[in-house]
Amino acid sequence: MALSRLASSSSSSRSADLLKPLCSAISLRRPISTDTTPITVETSVPFTSHQCDTPSRSVQTNAKELLTFFRDMALMRRMEIAADSLYKAKLIRGFCHLYDGQEAVAVGMEASITKKDCIITAYRDHCTFVARGGTLLEVFAELMGRQAGCSRGKGGSMHFYKKDSNFYGGHGIVGAQVPLGCGLAFAQKYSKDEAVTFALYGDGAANQGQLFEALNISALWDLPAILVCENNHYGMGTAEWRAAKSPAYYKRGDYAPGLKVDGMDALAVKQACTFAKEHALKNGPIILEMDTYRYHGHSMSDPGSTYRTRDEITGVRQERDPVERIRKLILSHDLATEKELKDIEKEIRKEVDDAIAQAKENPLPESSELFTNVYAKGLGVESFGADRKEVRAVLP
Amino acid sequence: MGFRNIIGRRLGLGLVRRRKPFSTATCDGDGNGNAKSINLYSAINQALHIALETDNRAFVFGEDVSFGGVFRCTTGLADRFGKARVFNTPLCEQGIVGFGIGLAAMGNRAIAEIQFADYIYPAFDQIVNEAAKFRYRSGNQFNCGGLTIRAPYGAVGHGGHYHSQSPEAFFCHVPGIKVVIPRSPRQAKGLLLSCIRDPNPVVFFEPKWLYRLAVEEVPEHDYMLPLSEAEVIRQGSDITLVGWGAQLSVMEQACNEAEKDGISCELIDLKTLLPWDKETVEASVRKTGRVLISHEAPVTGGFGAEISASIVERCFLRLEAPVARVCGLDTPFPLVFEPFYMPTKNKILDAIKATVNY
Repeated sequence: MALSRLASSSSSSRSADLLKPLCSAISLRRPISTDTTPITVETSVPFTSHQCDTPSRSVQTNAKELLTFFRDMALMRRMEIAADSLYKAKLIRGFCHLYDGQEAVAVGMEASITKKDCIITAYRDHCTFVARGGTLLEVFAELMGRQAGCSRGKGGSMHFYKKDSNFYGGHGIVGAQVPLGCGLAFAQKYSKDEAVTFALYGDGAANQGQLFEALNISALWDLPAILVCENNHYGMGTAEWRAAKSPAYYKRGDYAPGLKVDGMDALAVKQACTFAKEHALKNGPIILEMDTYRYHGHSMSDPGSTYRTRDEITGVRQERDPVERIRKLILSHDLATEKELKDIEKEIRKEVDDAIAQAKENPLPESSELFTNVYAKGLGVESFGADRKEVRAVLP
Repeated sequence: MGFRNIIGRRLGLGLVRRRKPFSTATCDGDGNGNAKSINLYSAINQALHIALETDNRAFVFGEDVSFGGVFRCTTGLADRFGKARVFNTPLCEQGIVGFGIGLAAMGNRAIAEIQFADYIYPAFDQIVNEAAKFRYRSGNQFNCGGLTIRAPYGAVGHGGHYHSQSPEAFFCHVPGIKVVIPRSPRQAKGLLLSCIRDPNPVVFFEPKWLYRLAVEEVPEHDYMLPLSEAEVIRQGSDITLVGWGAQLSVMEQACNEAEKDGISCELIDLKTLLPWDKETVEASVRKTGRVLISHEAPVTGGFGAEISASIVERCFLRLEAPVARVCGLDTPFPLVFEPFYMPTKNKILDAIKATVNY
């Protein structure tokens, strides 16, 4: 029934391609359905709120969106797993914090906002960067410290930025990005942008004092700041109940309203973010707590199994995996066949492999880049060589 | 002075013939106890075990210390001394240090761990404004001398901006606290015990690069090494090199290379940066007439500047060449450019030759 709906859809001739036999060797890309007929889906769990109303559990979506969600999340998943292998092959050095399991937050958030809205997050930023429009090449090149990386190879895994889509990164010091995010919100309000800032942080960072300072200022001045706690229940190796007297992070704003969201359900995330944006533009800051989970450890040096059981990890993977949820939704609504989804995944794999190959070829930054951008250009600050007498360079 | 230094160097312990006025640390006799070959994190672990054993009002706390810590320095402590004395804190450096100051103000030995020195800045206000000035501003009614803050510092090869910093210079500018940096396992154990038992708040930076890499014979018994006493770890006559922590091993390599060119280098481990042992360094400079300081932190405003200014003040006429500083560059600690940023053996060697041939 749904297939006939697709066939008769006038939105694009491409939708008819889904019905064609799948051996079209000419086209490398599988077409994604562009059907925009609304579908209503219930979120997995109702929202819980603090000091505000809850948004409706029924989310409007459509085939196009669901397939986009699937594609994006599968891409992110594949990318993170590839980064894992690259790290183990020592092509990525330093620190690498993987986001797999949490993809729904990045994807759902992006679906509810525009590129005028700002996002700022901590160091688990690869997928958020991709959701904001970053390319795979930029990701892998930056991870490997190459010139084609989004931060010109000077940032690394923890410092992805994308100015043209208002993605403010990528921060190493836990919690430091939240006051920054509130500052962005202030600028948006001042410029009457009708845009908001999403400042993301984790359950570990929720205990930082600067968060409460930022929240107080935002609430005092009615800033359009949305503080999003990506609660994956472990601050590195410490379970949330060991670190926080009140692990109900959405309530910790006290005077600021909060919403608890199932962060493994991309549609719930989308609904919550839409609600939050509307709220923040009218009433000031709101806290969103995304109940999510990361499959990997805190970083590549953390096996992730010393503080939680393997059963717990596989349990979440079986019951709540965000990609699987969308896959089941797509299949149950007959928006695509299983084979088509598998083809998308194959295509993604190839895309990721290609990007990695390209990134590997990319050169390291020039040595002179060591001195660039310490200060604004043209300040003429000197830097010395080893003996402070002979070699002297004026910083560009 | 020279005799003491020779003895100190051979036995690896500083035998004290005289008490320094501001250090109440004492030393045990030489290596009579069994010595085992262990690495830096094990040595620090032993020191912490002994500290908690010998003082039942000693506490160890910080992020993730319960299971042993990210560098295993606190392994076994929670099991042995219980959760009331060895416990995790939430992720809040300012809170950790502030809490530690309060605990110490009640007469306890608070051993706080900051997971990486790069994260110590939220606690900077507490250290500078609260810990350092407590005794002074209360007219000696109160103090937080029992506070020791331990933090791994320094480059590790791939740490990037926020896992490689050397912030010692910021703290050396604060009268009221002490700053101590060990160079090896045996030094670390003795110095840490001295820091813990010192009646002043101390910031103890541990060179993370050496946690596994440095292995040394460390006596198993309780021993302390004096604070504010620098150690001449290599005798020489042409140039004095001053450093601390992991940088000393790089400097030692440079000294060996310079020796092949006939330059005899004297190498001093400062050990305590604040208050630092001016006498030992000065005596050495009076002997050699040249000095080179090396540290990983950026050169401008690094602690080398303080040493340089002091030496010039005290030994101006004796100096044969300008004071050389071979340090990190004036940039944020870089990611892929770390090998260029670091004060490497060759840079030091170049500077030694330039100074000697001035």
